[in-house]
Amino acid sequence: MTAVEILIYACLAIGVVFNSLGVIGLLRFPDVYTRMHATTKATTFGSIFTSLAVIVYGFFMFLSQADSQYLILAIHAFLAAACLAFTNAVSAHAIARAAHRSGIMPTPAVVDRLAEAKL
Amino acid sequence: MIAFLVTAGMAFLLYLVLTAGSGTIGLWSLSELVMGALLALLTGLVARKFLCRSESYRLLSPLRLLLLLVYVPGPFFIELTKANLDVAYRVITMKIRPGIVRVHSGLKTDLGIFMLANSITLTPGTLSVGIDEETNDLFIHNINIAEGDEKREVIESTELFGLANLPAWIRRIAE
Repeated sequence: MTAVEILIYACLAIGVVFNSLGVIGLLRFPDVYTRMHATTKATTFGSIFTSLAVIVYGFFMFLSQADSQYLILAIHAFLAAACLAFTNAVSAHAIARAAHRSGIMPTPAVVDRLAEAKL
Repeated sequence: MIAFLVTAGMAFLLYLVLTAGSGTIGLWSLSELVMGALLALLTGLVARKFLCRSESYRLLSPLRLLLLLVYVPGPFFIELTKANLDVAYRVITMKIRPGIVRVHSGLKTDLGIFMLANSITLTPGTLSVGIDEETNDLFIHNINIAEGDEKREVIESTELFGLANLPAWIRRIAE
């Protein structure tokens, strides 16, 4: 196995481990807000690393074979990762806000300033 | 007019990135360049009111763009890694003490608040739930509130991050 292959497999392993942790968190945590923590953070990080594996593969193949289709692959994987990180955060905020507005209170919770503020 | 130019320019740039490697003029073919320009003009006409709604063009300055390019793979990625190790630890041990706290951001522009809210969502133990639009305070769901913090009315945004001072970075980029 070459060094590049080891790097690709390492990225894939990190990505899969964190995505799996996200799923386990989704099943184990008690309410919608704590579940959002597991799904947004872990899946963003995991997907960035699986995309990174594709980017490394694309660049390596482009450098060794000078075929532009691999460069396109790397660029598209990078764009996908960037869009994913961005939209994940925005949609997590939207879901959490919608949940709170429709009356789903965080349980358990030691404090809830948003309910006290009554926006 | 400037909103139209900015929107069309961004759309054209995105089209060029997506179609890189299609031909011989630079990296692009003639048909892709013509089609990209037409689509960019159309996008600029339709979407100019959406992209530049706040009518501030601060992010066009090269220095701010450079800072943004340093911010995302640098301090932001460090905090993102820390956040994931933190979530992994809590998924396995289930040691949680959740609650929603009010965080004083100290930022004034929409872009700054947007970036801070997104950064908070992806960094350790915190998720933005709501925004007080009058005072620009954020309501943060924290998965593990420190002992005593639940009695405090307002928490400073710098206290949320351990290693890097993200609010200061965002202030430099967006304001």
